[in-house]
This record gives sequence, C-alpha cells and structure tokens, in this order.
Amino acid sequence: MAKLLKNREVLLVIAIIALVFLIALRFPGFVAPANLARVYNDTSILIILALGQMAVILTRCIDLSMAANLALSGMVAAMINAAFPGVPIPLVILAVVALGAALGSVNGLLVWKLDIPPIVVTLGTLTIYRGLIFLLTNGAWINAHQMSDAFKALPRTPLIGFPVLSWLSVLAIAAVYLLMTRTPVGRAFFAVGGNPHAAVYTGIDVGRTRFLAYCLSGGLAGLAGYLWVSRYAVAYVDIAAGFELDIIAACVIGGISIAGGIGSVGGAVLGCLFLGVIKNALPVINISPFAQLAISGTVIIIAVAVNARTEKRKGRVILKKAEAV
Amino acid sequence: MAGLNLSPRILPDRLQSRSSRALKSWESLLLVVAVLIFAVNSFASPYFLDPWNLSDATFNFTEKALIAFAMALVIIAGEIDLSVASIIALSSTAMGLAVTMGADTPMLVVVGLGTGLLCGAVNGLLITGLGLPSIVVTIGTMSLFRGLSFIILGDQAYTGYPASFAYFGQGYVWWVFSFEFALFVLFAVVYSVLLHKTNFGRAVYAIGNNQTAALFSGVRVGRVKFILFLLTGLMAGIASICLTSRLGSTRPSIALGVELEVVTMVVLGGVSILGGSGTIPGVVLAAFIMGMVTFGFGLLNVPGIVMSIFIGVLLISVIALPILWSRARRRTAH
Repeated sequence: MAKLLKNREVLLVIAIIALVFLIALRFPGFVAPANLARVYNDTSILIILALGQMAVILTRCIDLSMAANLALSGMVAAMINAAFPGVPIPLVILAVVALGAALGSVNGLLVWKLDIPPIVVTLGTLTIYRGLIFLLTNGAWINAHQMSDAFKALPRTPLIGFPVLSWLSVLAIAAVYLLMTRTPVGRAFFAVGGNPHAAVYTGIDVGRTRFLAYCLSGGLAGLAGYLWVSRYAVAYVDIAAGFELDIIAACVIGGISIAGGIGSVGGAVLGCLFLGVIKNALPVINISPFAQLAISGTVIIIAVAVNARTEKRKGRVILKKAEAV
Repeated sequence: MAGLNLSPRILPDRLQSRSSRALKSWESLLLVVAVLIFAVNSFASPYFLDPWNLSDATFNFTEKALIAFAMALVIIAGEIDLSVASIIALSSTAMGLAVTMGADTPMLVVVGLGTGLLCGAVNGLLITGLGLPSIVVTIGTMSLFRGLSFIILGDQAYTGYPASFAYFGQGYVWWVFSFEFALFVLFAVVYSVLLHKTNFGRAVYAIGNNQTAALFSGVRVGRVKFILFLLTGLMAGIASICLTSRLGSTRPSIALGVELEVVTMVVLGGVSILGGSGTIPGVVLAAFIMGMVTFGFGLLNVPGIVMSIFIGVLLISVIALPILWSRARRRTAH
C-alpha cells in the first residue's frame, strides 16, 4: 500500500478523483458521463502535444517551439484548405504532420549536429516559426467561412459515441506507448536521458536519438495544428500562444523529470487530465478564467518540488523492474 | 541539459599573447558588427544620424539591457531566469494598484522595487532553498507572476500615474541623454565592477564552471545564487518602473516575451549559455547592436514580428557560428 502511494500515476489518479469529487459536491452535473467525455475531448490536443514533449524531455532536452510549430502547421493546413477545398482531409493531415516533423527536425538537427543547447534552439525557433506565419499571411486571419465543411467537421464527427478528436488522442497514446515500451527507439529515449555517457557505450547515438525525439514532437505538433485550427475554425498568428508552458506543465505534473530519463506515458496523460479538469472546472465553480495562468504556474512549481523529492530518494534508475528484483 | 562533448581536447603549443587574444575576442567582433550596423543604418535612412533620433533609439534596449546585466551573471553561474518579463508585469501591476490607493511617486518606486525583490526572492528560495532546476521553477513563476497580474487586473488597465512619475521613462538628464540611458551607463559600470573586480564575481564564474569544486573551495554557492536571483528581480523592478513610466499605463500583457530578448542579448554578448564564461562589456555591445538593428528596421517600416524572426535567427546563429568556425579550423589543422 505504501509503495502504491509513492507511485506518481496512482497519486495523480487519486488527486484527479478527489478534484472531480470536490467539484461534484457543489455541481453534480460535472460528473455526468457526457460532461466527463467533454472534458477529455477538450484535453485531447494537450495530450497529443504532451506525448511529444515527453519524448523530448526524456532525452534531457526541451521543446519550447511546439506551440509555434502547432500554429504554423495549423495555418498551413488552413491555407491549403482555403486555396484547394478539394484536397481530401487525410491528405491535408498527412501534409501538416510531415511539415510539423520537418520543423521539429530543424530543432533536432541544430541540437544534434551543432550541439547548441536545446533551450536556446527552441527559444529561437519559437519566434522564427511564429514570425513565418506572419510572413505567410501578412497578418491576415483565415476564418470559418474560408474553410470547407469537411475540414471543420472531422474532429467533431462522432465515432462509436466519441468525437474523432478523442479517438485520435487515444490512438496517439497507444502509438507512443508502444513506441516507448516495445521498440529500441523508445528504450533509447530513456537511456539517453538517464545517462548519456552510458548510452554511448551501449551503442546508442545520443544526438540521433534526440533528433528522433524532436521529429516525433514536431509531427505531433503538426497533427495538433490541424486539430486546433479545425476545432476552433480560425487560424491566425497568435493561436496557442503560450501553450508551450501548458504542455511542459502537464509533463512536469505527470512526473516526467526535467533532468531526463524518468517518466511514463500514463503520467503524461494524467498530468494533462489534471490540468484539463482544472481548466474546465474554473468556470463551473465561478473562478475568473484570468486565474488559470496563476493556477498552472503554482501547480508547475508544486509538481517540480514533489518530483525533486522523489528523485532524490530513488536516484536515477532506468530499469525500474531490475531495481524491484 | 548540456550537450555531450566526446572529442579529444586539443592543447595549444603556446598561449596566445594578450593583444592577439583581445583582437580575436568575441567583444571585438561585436564591436565591428556594431560599427557596421551603424554605418549601414546611416546609409539606409537619412533620419538615422539625428541626435534626437539616436536618443530615441536607446529606449529600444535600455530597459532590457538593465535586466540583461543581472541575467548575464545568472547565466554565467549556470542558471537561467525566464520569469523576468512576468516580474515586470507584476511589479507594474503593484504600482498601478498603489496609485489607486493614492501613493505618490517615491512610494511607487518603493513598491516597484519591492515587488521585483520579492519575486526574485521567491525564485531564489525555490531554486537554492529546495534545490530545484531554475529553468522549470522560472517557467512556473513566469506563469504565476503574470497570472497574479491577470487576477488583479483582468481585462482592465491602470492609468493615472502622477505627472512626476513620468520622469523615469521620459525624462532627460542632460541634452539628449535620457534618464534611462543614464541608468544603463551606471549599471553597466556597476555590474562590470561586480563581475570582473570583486570576489563575488569570481565566485559567480567558479560556480558556473564547476559548482562542486566551487563549493569545496569555500564558495557559498547557495547564497551567491540567491543573491543573483534577488538582483535579477531588482533589475526587473527597475525596468518595470522605467517601462511603466514611459508607457504611462499598466496592462497584464505588458512586456510579453521580453525574457526571450533579454536572453538573446546576453547570449549575443558572448555569455556561454552553459555557464562559466562571458563579460559585461560584451552584453553592453550586444544591447547596442540589438537596439540599433530594431531601430533601423523600424525606420525602414519593417513590422515588429519580422524583427522577432531576425532576433530568433540571430540567437541561433551567434551560437552556431563559433561552433562551425572552430570545427572548420580544427579540420584544416589536421
């Protein structure tokens, strides 16, 4: 039991249930299954992004350019759709995922080939990507009436009871889970972050692994870009501005160590859900939406303090199961 | 988050002489770039070389440079503070709140500086007291401080600052030299002395190069770092007073994204983002370069967001170029 309580995922599940319970005490409507499904759907984009950020953070890097990448990819998706409404939506999605991955690979190449610190690279590309949107559009917006109906409808199309948006995030969770736990690349993400020197001696190319992590986060940001633009039916320079902080917050809350090597897909998803529940509960319990920024800031600080304490006690362990034996 | 350097270390046959080292230094390169930009600007726009225009141009960088001096020390010590722009916002909001309670100008200055110091202390305590990584802590406080401004202000704005308060951002000390520029010069000297001529400055370099070794050599690492974050908060408070006074109003979105420009300025000034090296004169030159470039772009009617692309490219290339340069040299040496 005590061991179970130390587990980050279990703690988060308890925290989320407690949070939902407290809200439900005053507003029973919040726990209605339909509403909970809506909260999950609202958190889907954050989940998709956090999965990519998690891969990057695991390798001891950080990606501050995800939101800018999302905005640029989303804008390009909207522009393709506005200019050629006939292009099938799956093709548009494929194009922006490729574009996002390409933007991510720029980060990855700079980190890999030039050894520039990740925070500097992504701070730089953050402004560059946002600036590129302005250069592409001259500051113009692409509004709902310029997008085709199919483009806007896809994320909300119901499929076996849930919108496609929710299903896409479930798919992303499953895919990244398999990648992390069942493939050499996933293992390499943990190894590189846990101990880069040891990773080199086991034959892992540290730079290349980081590059792959950035490609993954970029591709997921591209996918999220289409979803964001089609869901809110508008694209402009500043969409998702500052959202990179929410993504990092979700990862930190989910127990992913900023020092690399520690974290799990389950933790990242729960971190997102924690933030999602808070965000959706604020208007219900009548707290000004202006308070949200301060709340996520406080939660980040608390989460990182908790992370630091658990890490200190346990040290760096890559193979959790080996430790248990 | 440092990169891996697995290449063998190359020892030079003889050390370079002082003069050749000065010639090849990053600072002299910056000086050449600054002169070039100055020349290009004077050719590109006939309005550039007017003393009053040049004086206006200094407002582009003085407030950011004030923070950059303290940030340079923080980065040299191997830490980072991403919350500076949010400290500006919170401190400006606190001053606005004080105005509505009837505070006069000296009181406003106290409130502005006090808020900055308090925010710096919060960062410092979390980072040194609890031993948390500064990048995550300051990403957190970045949301927290600006979030508090949003809670206090919402979609409102504070105006109605007293007339005498306008001096800090709009006043002139002598002829075309503004009060802000005077502050910039003053703090450039103060921080140069602090970093390059005192024990405290040595300790900052020592911590940045090898924190453990510094600790065993008797440097009080925690205390030095705490003071650095306190100083950064204080400088952000001073910048907030200048900016609020110059704009004459406070919104929660004030100074959004300034932390990026401050970090760019510091890195452009030759401070290693990995800590351990860098100088204040370099940061001063970088401030001039960034100010002149943005001002020159402004005269040519280039929109602000295009300038930010330029700053992003500048940030990456100033770090990438020396790396590529040293690699090319190593290749020819073999």
